[in-house]
Amino acid sequence: MSRLNQIELALAGLMLAAAPWVINAAPYESTMGLVQKIFYFHMPSAWLFLIAAIVSGVASAIFLFGKKKNADGWALAAAELAVVFGIITLVTGPLWARKAWGIWWVWDARLTSSLILWMIFVAYLLLRRYGGPGSDKLGAGMALFGLANVPFIFVSVNVWRTLHPQTSVVPTLPVQMGGPLWFCVFAFLLLFLALLSMRARLERHRMRIEDLYLAEDEA
Amino acid sequence: MRNFFRVAFLVVRKDMMVEARSLEVLSTTLFFALTVVLVFAFGLVREGRPVDDVAAAILWIATAFSGTLALGRTFERERQADTLRALLLAPADRPAIYAGKLAGMLLLMGLVELVLVPLVGLLFQAPIFNYPWTLVALLVTGTTGFAAVGTLFAAMLVRARSRDVMLPILLYPITVPVMIAGVRGTAAIFQSTPDEPLARFWVALLVFFDVVFVTLALWTFEPVMTE
Repeated sequence: MSRLNQIELALAGLMLAAAPWVINAAPYESTMGLVQKIFYFHMPSAWLFLIAAIVSGVASAIFLFGKKKNADGWALAAAELAVVFGIITLVTGPLWARKAWGIWWVWDARLTSSLILWMIFVAYLLLRRYGGPGSDKLGAGMALFGLANVPFIFVSVNVWRTLHPQTSVVPTLPVQMGGPLWFCVFAFLLLFLALLSMRARLERHRMRIEDLYLAEDEA
Repeated sequence: MRNFFRVAFLVVRKDMMVEARSLEVLSTTLFFALTVVLVFAFGLVREGRPVDDVAAAILWIATAFSGTLALGRTFERERQADTLRALLLAPADRPAIYAGKLAGMLLLMGLVELVLVPLVGLLFQAPIFNYPWTLVALLVTGTTGFAAVGTLFAAMLVRARSRDVMLPILLYPITVPVMIAGVRGTAAIFQSTPDEPLARFWVALLVFFDVVFVTLALWTFEPVMTE
């Protein structure tokens, strides 16, 4: 673990530990009341879910076309984080929806596209885990196609139906709510960066050991 | 450029010749599509009448499922005889080989749809002759999108372990836009008050999808097929 990772993790831990108090101090939303507070964790994880998906897709493209072996480690690390933050998003969303809309799940544009994107990265991880030799390249193709698919999923599902609150509310939030929100975003971002670089480094070491084994076998 | 089409044509001709002699993939795929339609009929027909809007969904699900089966079988044949390696060793452009494989898959799926569409129309009282050209456009663009992604993934998976399980797992999440566009577009022209402009919108989306994914697949085929 590098010094930077230690600092990132420690800070993220402290901030997340303090988060309940910060969120508690934020004012109640007038119509939704207490339920709205889940939003302070829901939105940062949804953003990082999307960022992780983009990182994974871009790193896969670099691996595939630029023949950079290390990029594969970043793609895998980002894909795992996409699945983790995707789970947080997909669990906190329905918890809120149950109170706000009265049902756990609706086939709304954003919900559906998040679910599909999450499934693409679960499929990616399944392929990496059970695909056997050569699955790194196949996975890269999958992540690349998954990323290219995002606009299509979004448009098609959008025409299909929409109910989710618009993201355009974020800049208009009052300071008392915006403060805690950005606090949480920052804490999640630190956690994300630390986990991403640690996992990518682990993958690099694993690849090096594999190469050494191969060299040993040949010798 | 001429060479590209020549190689693609030769690959298609080879695949069609093999298929014409055995009819293995075509007959099994066709029968499988029939089975899917039947299974869905048992689930969705109440008191002798189909539930509303069900024809479009069954048509596209049967197409996707039987397409997956055909994709798996075509490449399994190449793997068993180790002919894919020979094909890749040939002094030809890799993208041209992909294009040939894709064209062969489209011909095959087109033949299956030729039987499937009238069958669904007959069994579920779908007005398939309402807007025949829009329906053809939806089928052609939708099948192309599905097969473009499917051919690339099936080719990539030839060397992978547990490829039979992996193909649908990878293919279905990626082809969700095709399924939505295909089903909604077809449902728009099948419903009692047809909405043709909506169907046209979905055709446009599918064309866009096809262009992006065929280009991406032609581009990715070379690096992913290199050992």
